[in-house]
Amino acid sequence: MKTTPLYEKHVELKGKIIDFGGWALPVEYSGIIPEHEAVRNKAGLFDVSHMGEITVKGEDAEKYLQMIVTNDISVLNDNQIAYTPMCYQDGGVVDDMLVYKYSSTDYLLVVNASNTQKDFEWLLSQSFGNVDIKNVSDEYAQLALQGPEAQTIMQKLSSVDLNLIEFYHFLGDVNVGGFSTIVSRTGYTGEDGFELYFKADDGPKMWDLILEAGKEHGLVPAGLGARDTLRFEAALPLYGQEIDKDITPLEAGLGFFVKLNKEDFIGKEALAKQKSDGLKRKVIGFEMVDRGIPRSHYEVFADVRKIGYVTTGSFSPTLKKNIGLALIEAEYAKEGTEIEISVRNKNLKAKVIKKPFYTKKYKKN
Amino acid sequence: MKVLSELKYSESHEWVKVEGNKAYIGITDYAQDHLGDVVYVDLPGVDSEVEAGGQCIVLESVKAASEVFSPLSGKIVEINEGLSDNPSFINESPYEAWLIAVEMSDSSEVSGLMSAEDYEKICD
Repeated sequence: MKTTPLYEKHVELKGKIIDFGGWALPVEYSGIIPEHEAVRNKAGLFDVSHMGEITVKGEDAEKYLQMIVTNDISVLNDNQIAYTPMCYQDGGVVDDMLVYKYSSTDYLLVVNASNTQKDFEWLLSQSFGNVDIKNVSDEYAQLALQGPEAQTIMQKLSSVDLNLIEFYHFLGDVNVGGFSTIVSRTGYTGEDGFELYFKADDGPKMWDLILEAGKEHGLVPAGLGARDTLRFEAALPLYGQEIDKDITPLEAGLGFFVKLNKEDFIGKEALAKQKSDGLKRKVIGFEMVDRGIPRSHYEVFADVRKIGYVTTGSFSPTLKKNIGLALIEAEYAKEGTEIEISVRNKNLKAKVIKKPFYTKKYKKN
Repeated sequence: MKVLSELKYSESHEWVKVEGNKAYIGITDYAQDHLGDVVYVDLPGVDSEVEAGGQCIVLESVKAASEVFSPLSGKIVEINEGLSDNPSFINESPYEAWLIAVEMSDSSEVSGLMSAEDYEKICD
């Protein structure tokens, strides 16, 4: 298994290490629920060094990325970030990512760990003009500091006024406790917070520094388990579950990030057609009516036939309810529709509810 | 990790407390620690029959559903219904949080279970 620069720290903290797509990472330290609650109410620190980083530079970088991703990155200012899917010709998703714009000739893409190599190869295969694409994943350690206390904690370690970094913006060279760091106001929890990128070798020192600074503010280390329940409550999609090579961003409810009015991009034709034909499937939110916990891949029924499957399901630590996201036939997607989830061969009642389940607490100026 | 000397244990991390012909079954401290916070308990019906080694209960943590096996054969005569509303009791007091009680059909199966001392060894 691959390890991040923080592996020793996780072992020291008695994190329960699991194999996450080939990476040895902690699923929890003190427990998923306490870590989840800490992020909602105080702050949590996640090692997300497994995420992939790919640089795209050169004269044609903007033109090239406009063709590659579904969102419109031409509207970004320098030091601004866009969330975007990246699609195949047929509208299926290669991956979803953050695009950091330094300038129109210099971008950083942050992609899902398990897709990094696939993405890199796809990006190379589609390249044109003057672009230089590099997989620099091994050079960076990445931490996510998330929760309402995140800014207070970060501010103790930096003289840069963090109010200057707005939602989905970043600064490329912030001195954080003596280390040169990319600081962005982004995250995957539905809370305010930051994602920090710095030299892999600085990982362990930075980890200790932030945990120490956050101690008096209730900061705890948090694992992949809480990362998943937090993003799930905020209905943020996960590749391989809500989006995949055979699920389009429109079906996943990510239409906002697909700019069909853009000149051209890979997948445009298929997605425009899917939109004009009307969606046949949609990712919806649901809540269990009967007792039982829905899980990924459980089948969904209505009118005595299968209408789809659960993409993510869990007990929600914030809502104290059993809820899920499911990809189902569009005619059943209306709020309040009664559906059934097959749990260990029993069909249990559930109903379609609004998503996200948790209202995101982003700090927007 | 806590192991009680007066109980018997299975390799799949269940504990057994024998009272006459009846056996109370739960999961060990080691098992609850590995499972994480239990948030849902799916118990079988009273009067259903179980085979030794047969799956009869599902415990769900936030992350996953895990099967619990009955170390003994017999008829389920009691289930711990209180756990439905308080599943975290399994994490807090695994040796008090019995899951089911089985009326044994073959009490000689008990001798095939492990002592506390032997069980501790397989948990290392």
